[in-house]
Amino acid sequence: MKAPAFKYHAPRSVAEAVALMGSLDNARVLAGGQSLMPMMNLRVAAPDHLVDLGRIAELARIEADDEGLWIGAMTSQRAVERSDVVAQACPLLAEAIAHVGHQQTRNRGTVGGSLCHLDPGAELPVVASALDAELEIAGPGGLRRLKFHDFAADYLTSTLAADEILVRLRAPRQAAREGSAFLEFNRRPADFAIVSVATRLRLDGAGAIVSAAIAVGGASFKPLRLGEIEAALVGKAPDEATLAQAGEAAAATPCDGDELYPADYRQDLLGTLVRRALTRAALRAGAQTHV
Amino acid sequence: MTQTPDDRNPAAEPHLRWIGRNAPRVEDGVLLRGGAIFLDDIDAPDALEATFVRSPVAHGLIRAIDMSAARALPGVHGVYAFADLRAILTGDRIPLALPAGGLRFDVDPPCLAIDEVCYVGEPVVLVAATSRRIAEDAAALVVLDIEPLPAVVDPAEGLAEGAPKARLDTPDNLVAHTKVDYGDVEGAFAGAAHVIEAEFRLNKGGGHPMEPRGVLARYDAMEERLTVWNSTQMPHRAKAMLVASLGLSEHQVRVATPEVGGGFGTKAVFHPEELAIPAAAMLLRRPLKWVEDRFESFTASIGERDQIWTVAAAFEADGRLRGIRGRLRYDHGAATPYGIALPFNAATNLIGPYVLPAYRVLIDLCMTNKTPAAPTRGAGRPQGTFVMERLLDRAALDLHIARDEIRRRNMITPAQMPYTIPVKQRDGSMMVYDSGDYPECQRRALEAAGWDDFPERQAQARREGRRIGLGLANYVEATGRGPFESVGISIGPSGKVVVTSGATAQGQGVKTMLAQVVGDVLGLEPASIHVIVGDTSATAAGLGAYASRQAVTAGNAAHAAATLLVKKAREATAALLETSVDDLEIHNGVIQVKGVPGHGRSLTQIARALAGTPGFALPGNLAPGLSASNDFMTSGLSYTNGCHLAEVEVDPDTGGVKLNRYVVVHDCGRMINPMMVEGQILGGVVHGIGMTLFEWMRYDSEGQPLTVTFADYLLPTSDVVPRIEIHHLESPTPLNPLGVKGAAESGTIGAPATIVSGVEDALRDLDIRIDKLPITPAELRRLIRAARAAPPSPGSAP
Repeated sequence: MKAPAFKYHAPRSVAEAVALMGSLDNARVLAGGQSLMPMMNLRVAAPDHLVDLGRIAELARIEADDEGLWIGAMTSQRAVERSDVVAQACPLLAEAIAHVGHQQTRNRGTVGGSLCHLDPGAELPVVASALDAELEIAGPGGLRRLKFHDFAADYLTSTLAADEILVRLRAPRQAAREGSAFLEFNRRPADFAIVSVATRLRLDGAGAIVSAAIAVGGASFKPLRLGEIEAALVGKAPDEATLAQAGEAAAATPCDGDELYPADYRQDLLGTLVRRALTRAALRAGAQTHV
Repeated sequence: MTQTPDDRNPAAEPHLRWIGRNAPRVEDGVLLRGGAIFLDDIDAPDALEATFVRSPVAHGLIRAIDMSAARALPGVHGVYAFADLRAILTGDRIPLALPAGGLRFDVDPPCLAIDEVCYVGEPVVLVAATSRRIAEDAAALVVLDIEPLPAVVDPAEGLAEGAPKARLDTPDNLVAHTKVDYGDVEGAFAGAAHVIEAEFRLNKGGGHPMEPRGVLARYDAMEERLTVWNSTQMPHRAKAMLVASLGLSEHQVRVATPEVGGGFGTKAVFHPEELAIPAAAMLLRRPLKWVEDRFESFTASIGERDQIWTVAAAFEADGRLRGIRGRLRYDHGAATPYGIALPFNAATNLIGPYVLPAYRVLIDLCMTNKTPAAPTRGAGRPQGTFVMERLLDRAALDLHIARDEIRRRNMITPAQMPYTIPVKQRDGSMMVYDSGDYPECQRRALEAAGWDDFPERQAQARREGRRIGLGLANYVEATGRGPFESVGISIGPSGKVVVTSGATAQGQGVKTMLAQVVGDVLGLEPASIHVIVGDTSATAAGLGAYASRQAVTAGNAAHAAATLLVKKAREATAALLETSVDDLEIHNGVIQVKGVPGHGRSLTQIARALAGTPGFALPGNLAPGLSASNDFMTSGLSYTNGCHLAEVEVDPDTGGVKLNRYVVVHDCGRMINPMMVEGQILGGVVHGIGMTLFEWMRYDSEGQPLTVTFADYLLPTSDVVPRIEIHHLESPTPLNPLGVKGAAESGTIGAPATIVSGVEDALRDLDIRIDKLPITPAELRRLIRAARAAPPSPGSAP
């Protein structure tokens, strides 16, 4: 199929983009186009205007400071994948990004595009959730900051207003004695995940868990944080029994299901992946106990 | 590593030999440079582009169609429902029916729905506009008023008492009933030491060529000639359908194929759009192009569907088969575009390389409200093979016989060749296996895959927490289906060798194959030979690509025609040199006196002499022109066979299945180009992997297709396909002079049975039985959980 006719706009600044989004009816932001263009060709999406952010250089930067990373919304997934800064400061993101589509789609696909599209099987929203990431958003009134969990609203829907654009993502720097892991299960490596898990564990000097983060994708329309399981882990040693127990608890998470991947299968998978991801994160955090 | 038994050294032979060599493909230069012209690349000035309004429901009655808004849209040149095209058609339906004994009635489709729609995607209205985009804008403005009717989605339910009818114009849903029946089946079961019963539900998907279908039609009103470029496997059949449906004569219709980006069966069947587009082009008096998009490819192109097998097998205590009986219910979709070849292939291919003394399978074909079903690569055979191989694995387990041993005990031996099975085929002949060494094929495969020491590797992996299994399957394939294929060769005064054939090319390398055979006889480089295939103006009669047939049929026709051409060239040279024909030989494109290089005439010189000079006699009073042709008529089907082994790894906690290694030992007789044979086997195996682990054309209970993009319909990608090792045996068939058999579908046939055998082996202690294809991780995990929850069965390992 062919996309319906639309007008193409290529602003050169964030302010110009925000102004366009505020003045045009039925406009969509074009980031990497790896989801939007197929949707338009399938006539699932039919915007009258496309506002292409691809020419706004300031949106495609990766910057680091002591607390963490600022990743511009238009940074290509491939650039993140190849970034030493990301690998060093945020290994969870580096690990997950390799699971996003194919190399060819990562060349075009952007961090911001994936976060705003919010596909339930996408990897980056799950990582943003596990990182407690903050998002910087530009609108007519200037910049505002939002926690990722206040950003993801519904199926394929964020809380961005029609005249706002995502500017950058704030990812915290991985702490000392912290380990992370990203795991997903799918039929083919490049597919959207059936279930994905992003975990972070921080240990104290004695090897006990100081903090835990477990975010899961594929269970619901948006990433879920398994807060109770995280809380139950704190203070414990990340041994095999503890992590197995966390997996069992995760398997009780209510999941959406469909004919091909029913809810009980997703729950079961979630239990397995949470156990495996926590085990991997614990080892990376330097856990000495046998896990 | 690939082993080719016939790796000839051309330098060792005085005459350039090409058959058996990995000649570079003559097709590749233009393809790799991006210069190939596929249907959508054809430059047709003034052409309009078409799209179709398709049925959004699986079954319904058309009450009204409002096309006024679509017709009013700027850029739209024509909006046609069936009634608008009917004036230039000879009848309501496209006369597709193929003779088939078991058919109770034919359901020929119309080119656009008349008053009843019978599947989602059935074309109802054709829109022609200056661009596809505008055509789609207009299509969205067409208002279809359809009264929904109950849909038949499941073939088992469709065959049940009181089921709704999938079509109101047929007496019931049982479109065909046939059977395969020989031997004393009752006696086989009465005296059996062991009986296995099973039910299988086997899905197979579509062909999914990279390039979907497409048609470009141009009608020349002055010459009253219709030219149709069609991305088809069977241009001569397409021409016949156009001649019959449009009331034109043969000289008025040309069907030509540009480069075709894959077919796999999808493009063998003549589809409604292939008539609708030329008919509309005639009304529009403008060239009209339609290129199928992927959504249409999923909903409007034929594919295979579910086969439901209920079977029982009777065995001796030593594992030898006494008989098999059962029933096959098949989902045939909403029309009969290709007879009943598909389920019949499934039923007969079940027999495989084994001695099966008695066999009865009753075959019921159910009309359903889905896109019509027709063969895609493998054409029903993978399913039949799957049933037999699963029965053998289960018997081996029950009777405590090794899986390889139970197969050996049942195998037809080379001494039994030719081996006749009392089953009548489509052409009326008995089913005869012409040649092959099945036990040796399996022996080599077991050796290549390390069968004997696999239990040790399996145990070691288990200690490391990994579950691996080794699967095994044997199969045969009837290839080279007739009745004929044509080849013409001509050399004009330019000296260029031109080969024409009714064979068609979709990427397999047909041109290279023909050029190699002709080059072998003439002693010329294949790259120097120009091959024209897939054009009805170049070849009067032809059949095209189906049933793994073109190397057998067109290959032998090329060989015969080239041999005839050399005979004529020698006769002409004998006259020119005033010598005896017996003293002449062909050497690298020159007819020369034996043993006297340089003393002779080149084929170009002979062609010039035979072109004739005004007033002068032709050499030897031969007929003019250096040309020859042959229609190779098959005398029977030649049976390719193979043995596959796959090492699989199962993650029991997720249900994930990974292929670690894949081994094929393949015997398609003499190979013309081993590299291209291997390309076919690799692609075939990948199709089989898809059918087993990924591809599944799903519908909901209303008959709405659920998998209409490649995001939902999963094809095997390079990252899930293992390294595939191919080894060859060459048992030449006695049925044709070249000794060749087909190779195009064979790879697909063995894969599902092999992979499932491996998955069950990896989960042996859990006694998992896989009865459905494809295997999904959710379903496999469900089976594993159920097995772990059940009390251990006696005798199973912990």
